[in-house]
Amino acid sequence: MSHHPEAFSPDATDLASLVACPSCDALYRMPRIAAGEDAVCQRCHRVIAAPRHRAGMQIISLAAASLVLLAATLFFPFLKISAAGVHNATSVLDVVLAFTSDELAILVLFTTACILAIPALRMGLLLYVLVPLVFDHPPSARARPAFLLSERLKPWSMAEIFALGCAVALIKVRDLAEVEFGPAFWMFAGLVFLVLQVQRNLCSRSVWDALEAATPDAPPTAATQEHLT
Amino acid sequence: MMADTPIPTTKEAGLLGCRYCTRVWPSGTKTCGCCGSKLVSRDLQSLQKVWAWWLVALICYVPANLYPMLRTSTLGSVSQDTIVGGAITLAEHGSYFVAGVILLASVVIPILKFLAIAYLAISVARPSTAREGTRHMLFELVEYIGRWSMIDVFVVAILSSLVHLGNFASVEPGPASLTFALTVVFTMISAQSFDSRLIWDQQEFEKDTDRAH
Repeated sequence: MSHHPEAFSPDATDLASLVACPSCDALYRMPRIAAGEDAVCQRCHRVIAAPRHRAGMQIISLAAASLVLLAATLFFPFLKISAAGVHNATSVLDVVLAFTSDELAILVLFTTACILAIPALRMGLLLYVLVPLVFDHPPSARARPAFLLSERLKPWSMAEIFALGCAVALIKVRDLAEVEFGPAFWMFAGLVFLVLQVQRNLCSRSVWDALEAATPDAPPTAATQEHLT
Repeated sequence: MMADTPIPTTKEAGLLGCRYCTRVWPSGTKTCGCCGSKLVSRDLQSLQKVWAWWLVALICYVPANLYPMLRTSTLGSVSQDTIVGGAITLAEHGSYFVAGVILLASVVIPILKFLAIAYLAISVARPSTAREGTRHMLFELVEYIGRWSMIDVFVVAILSSLVHLGNFASVEPGPASLTFALTVVFTMISAQSFDSRLIWDQQEFEKDTDRAH
């Protein structure tokens, strides 16, 4: 079920109760929405807030699980290939190190970042920000810049694109050799699923509300923060 | 549809909206008190940034198509495939679907993305007749789909690390893999630099002219 926020009326003076659509700048009074409902911009249909029931705890468990999977993925064989009696197995680390010739060294960095470092960093940052909030502790030091960084890194986390790339690569070498998935491939597929679940549960407006509410001198603005925990 | 109840914007209300945490601040505020982002009512340099990254991306896209993406050696014979050449080879082997995916991700999407970003940047700089909602959807599509072009770079990375079978077969990345990756990165930055709020400002011009009449 989706709500349209109530249009701004000029007599409102309390800025904390207002919300600006980040995509089209439409101004609204923040509606009180229940967990599971979405606040959607009337003009450009961007989702402004989408609090989910017990989202904080779910994100913490999903992020922790994805970090474990990510670490395990590194060391197990990812794909195995054999042709004419010759075998080769490759791990995610090998894939990342494929671009080792000098002129392509920058691609090593970039591929590592997109498929390993950024997904891991984002999950780590979310844990760092959310664990104190969910367990009613004072927010972590520099929790706000940490969450902002996690938000800005979102488009650069490309684990799901890499997973589809595996399928394409597999079909490309099908004629040349026999290829099979190693255990790390299934772990990586699980990781992609977990990261997408984190995304489904994460409502950044709720996190900002909770961060503001947890800072003593900030005015109480939280309309959605109660759904986080 | 919504013409009878126009939705006010933070700009019209003399306020500033944060593009990261949706908080609203009085105009003149420099940084968002909630998330610490820089606050700008409209990013006036936005279009310059968009065009700069767009041009760099276009420059990188030329060698990305001319140089080989992959060097494949099988039993002593070496073949070098460009993006389009690789897709043609796949189609010749009967893998029409994968050839289609590669062509879509590496040729059709990048070209459409170049055209879409250019169209959006031009459309906000002069009066446009296209509906705001349509243009906004185009922008969201460009932002969402653009990343998927990276798939070809990842395929090259996977093949180069996987296919090491001694003299029988081996695959190495070609120079186009770097320039193509750069093309994708720069078009992503170009699209991210675009201030989508500019699309909706023209609605306000129209509102203003309506009021004047």
